[in-house]
Amino acid sequence: MTILFSLGIVRGIIWGLASGGVAAGIVMAIRSGLGLPMWSPGPVTGVAALVGTLGFLTGLGAFNYWLEWALGRQKEEHHADQPRWRRYFGFDTNHKTIAIQYMVTSFLVIVVAGIYQLIDRLEVSAPGMQYISPGTYNSLMSLHGIMMLGAVLLGVSGMINYLVPLMIGARDMAFPHLNALSYWVTPPAVLLLLVSLPAGGFDTGWTAYPPLSARAPLGMQFMLLAFYLVGWSSILGSINFLTTIFKMRAPGMGLFRMPIFVWTALSTAILQLIFTQFIAMAFLMVLLERLLGLVFFAPDKGGNVILFQHLFWFYSHPAVYIFVLPGLGVISEVLPVFARKPLFGYAAVALSSLGIAGGGAVVWGHHMFAAGIEDVLRVPFMITTLLVAVPTGVKIFSWLATLWMGKIRLDTPLLFALTAIVVFLVGGITGVPNGIVPTDLHIHDTYWVVAHFHHTLFGGFVFPTMAAVYFWFPKLTGRFLNERVGKLHWAVMTVGFFITYLPMFWLGLNGMRRRIADYDPTLGLGPMNMVATIGGFLIALAMLLFFINLVVSLWRGAPAPANPWRSQTLEWQLSSPPPDENFSAPPRVVGPPYGYGTPGSIHAVVAPAGGTANKGA
Amino acid sequence: MQHPTFIENRLAINRTGLWLFIFSDAFLFAALLASRYYLLGVLRPQEVNQPLGLALSIILLLSSLTAYRGETAAIYGDIRRFRRNILFTVGMGSLFLVGVGVEWAEAFHSFPPSTAYGTMFFTLTGFHGFHVLTGVLALLVVLLPGQKKRLAAGNYWGVEAMVKYWHFVDVAWVFIYPTLYLVS
Repeated sequence: MTILFSLGIVRGIIWGLASGGVAAGIVMAIRSGLGLPMWSPGPVTGVAALVGTLGFLTGLGAFNYWLEWALGRQKEEHHADQPRWRRYFGFDTNHKTIAIQYMVTSFLVIVVAGIYQLIDRLEVSAPGMQYISPGTYNSLMSLHGIMMLGAVLLGVSGMINYLVPLMIGARDMAFPHLNALSYWVTPPAVLLLLVSLPAGGFDTGWTAYPPLSARAPLGMQFMLLAFYLVGWSSILGSINFLTTIFKMRAPGMGLFRMPIFVWTALSTAILQLIFTQFIAMAFLMVLLERLLGLVFFAPDKGGNVILFQHLFWFYSHPAVYIFVLPGLGVISEVLPVFARKPLFGYAAVALSSLGIAGGGAVVWGHHMFAAGIEDVLRVPFMITTLLVAVPTGVKIFSWLATLWMGKIRLDTPLLFALTAIVVFLVGGITGVPNGIVPTDLHIHDTYWVVAHFHHTLFGGFVFPTMAAVYFWFPKLTGRFLNERVGKLHWAVMTVGFFITYLPMFWLGLNGMRRRIADYDPTLGLGPMNMVATIGGFLIALAMLLFFINLVVSLWRGAPAPANPWRSQTLEWQLSSPPPDENFSAPPRVVGPPYGYGTPGSIHAVVAPAGGTANKGA
Repeated sequence: MQHPTFIENRLAINRTGLWLFIFSDAFLFAALLASRYYLLGVLRPQEVNQPLGLALSIILLLSSLTAYRGETAAIYGDIRRFRRNILFTVGMGSLFLVGVGVEWAEAFHSFPPSTAYGTMFFTLTGFHGFHVLTGVLALLVVLLPGQKKRLAAGNYWGVEAMVKYWHFVDVAWVFIYPTLYLVS
């Protein structure tokens, strides 16, 4: 029992439940004092959720450090001799612990959101209503969207958290306590998302457009609050990433010696820092409209629904670059190692990430071509949208040129990276008709968009993340993932992906609208929908193989040496898993990060714990 | 061989983090200001309390001056002058909040939250007021007795951070005031 209560998360949950309950009681008391009916689900659960989250963080000990600072008592950092597993259940400030917390949470959310969509896929595999009600269909579809996006944000934060400090030769992030806080805001958010379905769900899709979202069931409110919390996590995280990259680089690590992944993390963090505020404000406005009767989006009282769409897409378009940029960075990390060649056009690739971020910031209007956006804005947004293809093309051509004449080893990480390139390329090309006004008016809100979007996210996040896990798992755990299961996982996932999403292009062109539970049987869309459903279950099977591989390899995988892939970047010059403090002394960076195949090329000199300096591989 | 140790410039790291936070927070107000102009253009009802708005602006601008004087005094080690100035700033900030409260009571009648202008007015002043409140609390933190030792040791980062935040809240008002009271 004492061990149980010494876990931060257990104390947090107790505090969270207690404070949430007290807050609900106070709100009800105030309401009855004002002569209102005591129970009103919106305000009571909303306040309870926010106060409960703060209570959870307090019980966890998230605020202790700042409290001690305010009182002028600087606490000593104590690394008590705890069993290793326990740090994952408490407020631990080590960036590697936090990264694994992020990744595990992300995978859990992906599983739930994936199951939601499998249910929906079954429903639309044939015309007519088979298994669930249209309302449930809408709720599951909406939650699938928002939970997957939350999971992607968590996964991105996880990868950046683990890799950036190691890659730039820092001992930790710039603000370790803020970093842990950024993570621990997310479990309450995940809980709120899970509660959303029993609380009535919501039928707006993940975009939460008013006026529908202003009157959707209570589940809507839980989703808005949850994403607001995830937004906080995102903003605080980005402050940390940027400060770390700007101020904590090892001696000699100039900007143009940073691995490409760090460049993509930098671009992602800039987007998060600026644009998350807009979706937070958009969602807060909907909440204020629901709870306090403000009229931002009520057309009959002087509001305007298009305002929401501007604010929403001002974040949510750059957000897709937040999702995919780190994944594209992973591809740029993996290819040179397995092709044994320097990354082609390093500087152009590095700057292309900033180019994508900057370009992606001014294209949001293309989501609103069919929504009544001002006519004069359409063509400018079309042009900026198509211009994003330029920096993206730089990356694609760099990858091809990197592979050209390389000594390629087809290990699992490279297989996933190659699939990612193909899938992302298809996603990019099929995005062009979405960006061009006349064609977009035809395919808007059809399965074409669904297929395009899933191509970009699978190519930009899912497949690169799989590559990243197979690539860095030995570094994280000191064990290899099983290579044969890995190749099977890759094959099933790649085939499953194309079986699922290629038919959706056809479906979309033939009039299959997105976000509907049923369709006209005379359209002849049934067979292709069935094919897509079968593909969806193949992806689920691949994920199952992946999780089995993770668990079994963690337990009895082949032991991995420090640098199994003969990589030159800094994280591989440390033991597997790396020591708590990463580097015993600052590494000295002396050359470019991808000097493969160049005799005598060294990226950095790293001093081992208590020994003399050894050269990078 | 001798190992060089990690030299981290904590102050520079903290400053970078604070500036990034302020930069990000500024976009919150940018979103609100953009919403006001998008919904209403430069439309402004006649009932806006002009004298009160002007008084609030003067109070907040003066409080930034005393905050600055407090910070400078802390840097020069003049603890008494530092406390006096910061206390004055806290008082002005509280006065500002009282003024916003008075204004809200009036606004409920002249342009209630269920009108478009009322919606923007209450949201803008509400979010800014929340920032003022957190700023006041932040300034109270550096007045806590536990902070004295730190100041005496020449570590005035806390004061610098809270005062920078206060200036940011002040600058935000410089944009909000004309948006709500002057444009027409």
